[in-house]
Amino acid sequence: MSLLVFIEQRDGKVRPVAREALGEATRLAATLGGPVVGVCAAASDPGLAALGEAGADRVLLAANDRFATYDGEGYAIAVEAAVRATQPAVVLFGGSAMGKDLAPRVAARLGAGLAADCTHLEIEDGRLTATRPVYAGKALQKVRFPRTPALLSLRPKVFAAATRAGTGAAVEALAVTLPAGEPRARVQRVSAVAGGKVDLTESEIIVSGGRGLKGPENFPLIEELAGALGATVGASRAVVDAGWRPHHDQVGQTGKTVSPKLYVAVGISGAIQHLAGMSSSRCIVAINKDPEAPIFKVADYGLVGDLFEVVPALTAEVRKLNAHG
Amino acid sequence: MIQVVCIKQVADTETRVKVGADGRSLDPVGVTWILNPYDEFAVEQALRVKEKLGAGEVIAISLGGAGVQSTLRNALAMGADRGIHLKHDGPAPDSLAVARALAEAIQPLGAGLIWLGKQAVDDDAAQVGPMLATRLDLPCVTAIATFELGAETVTVEREIEGAREVVEARLPAVLTTDKGLNEPRYASLKGIMAAKKKPIEERAASLGEMNLEVAALMLPPPRAAGRIVGEGVAAVPTLVKLLREEARVI
Repeated sequence: MSLLVFIEQRDGKVRPVAREALGEATRLAATLGGPVVGVCAAASDPGLAALGEAGADRVLLAANDRFATYDGEGYAIAVEAAVRATQPAVVLFGGSAMGKDLAPRVAARLGAGLAADCTHLEIEDGRLTATRPVYAGKALQKVRFPRTPALLSLRPKVFAAATRAGTGAAVEALAVTLPAGEPRARVQRVSAVAGGKVDLTESEIIVSGGRGLKGPENFPLIEELAGALGATVGASRAVVDAGWRPHHDQVGQTGKTVSPKLYVAVGISGAIQHLAGMSSSRCIVAINKDPEAPIFKVADYGLVGDLFEVVPALTAEVRKLNAHG
Repeated sequence: MIQVVCIKQVADTETRVKVGADGRSLDPVGVTWILNPYDEFAVEQALRVKEKLGAGEVIAISLGGAGVQSTLRNALAMGADRGIHLKHDGPAPDSLAVARALAEAIQPLGAGLIWLGKQAVDDDAAQVGPMLATRLDLPCVTAIATFELGAETVTVEREIEGAREVVEARLPAVLTTDKGLNEPRYASLKGIMAAKKKPIEERAASLGEMNLEVAALMLPPPRAAGRIVGEGVAAVPTLVKLLREEARVI
């Protein structure tokens, strides 16, 4: 039995989630056996042979001009064709915006079960068992599959990419029959968001601001600290609902669930729906003037104080560190 | 135009999760049940389309036990015209089973737009929308943040990593809604009263076979106790030193 991995590419570049999924497929293959096969839909080869070093034994390429931008229906047909051709036991997707949209389409086409946004996979009693956060991380669900193939999407930045020196992957053309005519849903253009900022779900460091900032005019304090740390700016639900920050900045149960290596919560008291979205961060720092704030219960390092004094001092200290290496 | 909004009853986001006696699902004791927050954007957008067109029908549909009727009434109080309750008692079915049951119920309605929230805030699966579209063989755009209705198409934007995709989809279509699409209205007292008289049709859900088994629901391991580094500006150098030398994250 083989393992199939969807190779996500955008603008002709393979995305990191694809290497993470290949890494996990390689680890599963050590127990389950079978080759690791990639499947990629693209306008042209985005350098797939190099994925041999990331664990792919071979990669099937469905090349079509229509695949220059994401095409959910067409991509799903391509992945389904790859499943029919390789009969895999397991199909892995990165849990990115694209993977979240694509994997359910493939699952519905195949009549297969899909475990979304998994954070841990293991073989338990000979059966593939996936762990996935639910309730935005307030709980974890363990799921299993009654049939093969088992489809899973993997939360970005949780699984490690693998490296194998010197082996290239064989790239083979995958024949895909698409419905005639224009796609019924078509990406017309892709517009970069302001500042080209890294998405919260892909950030190594996040600095989030809450109501303690007192107003949107004070967010430059957060932005300067984020700039010094090379971080992305996040926000609590309270400040998003108040219109201080855009919706895509929100961390928490009705916003983004994040797992950066460092999460700095500034002026955020720590409502349960916010804690749910960030408590899987590796290291949490809380800055708040109220020593009783719930955020301190999940923080590795807490600093009690007036953020209007502490944050500029912290920014200066980090800049000093950057300057001296 | 007939529009269908698929809604789900979920535990309030302030809920502290406790594992139920079966070890696989949420302990429902003391839980406040609400309309899934992402579904509110779906209901709101369907109502705006109906208001803009000045005609049509908005049908709210939900799957679950008797309790989901109160959630259907929420949508009716916001302004939906009628409800369909797909009855199912027992453990929560997987997303594909739900999509199958919804597709069977929605297929004969001849809907021009089918709306869902981008995900439910309980299982966070984000699957039913694109699965339903696939079952109905309709185009689908997920997690939309803007919406513009054309004559035979819709133009929407969806957030992707570091960018936005502008997508045009032909009608009929399935759309799933993200926060930011609109500001959902509150039900008026008049709306709440009117909702009591609106019809809710009940029928059994055709779920088919199960596709995913839930083996366990667990609480995440508690985070190791942290510490207060100090107070005020004086503690900043200590904090930076700890981040650098102990946590090694900067």
